[in-house]
Amino acid sequence: MKVWKYGDSINTDMLFPGKYCYTCSTIDEIKPHLLEDLDANFAKEVKEGDIIFAGRNFGCGSSREQPVLGLKAFGIKAVVAESFARIFYRAAINQGLVLIENPEAVKAYTGSEEVSLDLEKGELFVGDNKFTFPPLPPEIKAIAEAGGLLEYTKKKLKEQK
Amino acid sequence: MAPTFSEKALAQKSGKESVVPGQIVTVKPDHLLMHDNAAPITSKITSELDEYGVVSNELPIIVLDHVIPAASEKTAINHQKIREFVNKFKIKNFFDIGEGICHQVVVEKGLGLPGKLILGSDSHTCSYGAVGCFATGIDRTEAASLLLTGETWLKVPQSIRMTLKGKLKPPVASKDLILHIIGDMRADGATYCSVEYHGDVKSLSIEDRFTIANMGVEMGAKNSAFPVDDLTKNYFDTIGVSSDSYKPVWADSDAQYFLEKEYDLSEIEPVVAFPHTVDNVKNISEAKGIYVNQCLIGTCTNGRLEDLSAAAKILEGRKVDSSTRLLILPASSKIYQEALDKGIIKSFVEAGAVILPPGCGPCLGAHQGALAPGEKCISTANRNFKGRMGCKDAEIYLASPATVTASALTGFISDPREVA
Repeated sequence: MKVWKYGDSINTDMLFPGKYCYTCSTIDEIKPHLLEDLDANFAKEVKEGDIIFAGRNFGCGSSREQPVLGLKAFGIKAVVAESFARIFYRAAINQGLVLIENPEAVKAYTGSEEVSLDLEKGELFVGDNKFTFPPLPPEIKAIAEAGGLLEYTKKKLKEQK
Repeated sequence: MAPTFSEKALAQKSGKESVVPGQIVTVKPDHLLMHDNAAPITSKITSELDEYGVVSNELPIIVLDHVIPAASEKTAINHQKIREFVNKFKIKNFFDIGEGICHQVVVEKGLGLPGKLILGSDSHTCSYGAVGCFATGIDRTEAASLLLTGETWLKVPQSIRMTLKGKLKPPVASKDLILHIIGDMRADGATYCSVEYHGDVKSLSIEDRFTIANMGVEMGAKNSAFPVDDLTKNYFDTIGVSSDSYKPVWADSDAQYFLEKEYDLSEIEPVVAFPHTVDNVKNISEAKGIYVNQCLIGTCTNGRLEDLSAAAKILEGRKVDSSTRLLILPASSKIYQEALDKGIIKSFVEAGAVILPPGCGPCLGAHQGALAPGEKCISTANRNFKGRMGCKDAEIYLASPATVTASALTGFISDPREVA
């Protein structure tokens, strides 16, 4: 498992350049361009279970779902950041991508510590430091448990029928 | 507790007496905005649309603006799929290419009204706060879900009160003011929050308010909000929307705020946001002399008649410097026609500017005026992120229409107070 560490205000153009927004729509078209202008190695080397650590305001900028779809498809276990921009945060909830907002955990990671994550218990270990994160509010948890917003909506529509 | 604008608006929209920040409420938006992304959105739910249909054909507003006219077969097919969807489900509010940029069209067509709730699959949906509408951005999947159900959840935001004092000193513009505020607040200073503008807002035109509200998301805000006053009512009168068709909402005078800030408009000077973040704001004096290969006036931030008129006034029969190029992007067909009637377009063409069709143009780097490595562009748009205009090795500087025009005349970033 590798930890990818980035700085503050990683915006949606860095995560997925706008010029591909209307030409790349399938997940296979999206994946090679993920983080293209930020880290050219990312899309080539990322592996399932990897974690991203980042600074403040991760995902700021456009309403752009492709980075969330791409990170989820690559099997990123979680993005841990000091803070997230709100549309990105919502998009992650809707796709079931795990985001952990924890400035202390980000600061504790200097590049060499062992990192492990237990989503069930809500625990993140960075070296010997343990960080806990709260469970999702029930309204949001229901979306995550359904496997994302569209699955949640489809289930609801079937029930109403 | 006395409610803020957002607390009052969301309480009304969720059918509750009152709500508090942090509370999650279920809402039914009055409209859902989509643009060229309507095809990727509807393609997520093709079979559900066939089974259940669209919850209401009056809910969606679709405006083709991002890559118009289509730049390739792929983008042409994208538009084709959207027109098919519109016809199949008899979508009422559809605006094809050339009508304008979605955020301008929503207000111009009387859809973004005071007291309404609009969710849009675009981050600059927050623009309609200019006319007292609660409006915020969502992602594509949520837009798809809304098409089927018509409802979603929103977390009630904390509110920030910005008190504006005095008047701007032309050619200092509302763009300078909002860039100054973002430089002060930083790119995440208002994250998850609602930003309300109070004080001497009467000195700001509806167009000024649009520019300010539009850029709320650049400091992380969920939405922006201006009070509805005589200027707002006059604006709606001019576009044929009577005041009976909307019900303004505003904060109580003793509402509680998470943060309060005050800005003296008379002290604001021309500023420039340096690459590659919108909050990297510096006084024009620090930018003077930086060469620019391209100058862009337009976009959903600054493509309105006052912006174009301010630019034409500075050009005054002069030519764009041969070392640079000036692109003009009216925000809508209506604005384009008004600019034609007033001779503004003529003065642009005579100055050597290139007029682009009313749409997003090069702002997102997909077509029309993309940059080459090493090039620098000064733009009235709202974002200067690395790679934004199609090339990661180019630089984008953000400024007011006056500053961009002054720079087009010299080929270097210039102070409009010296060139005018």
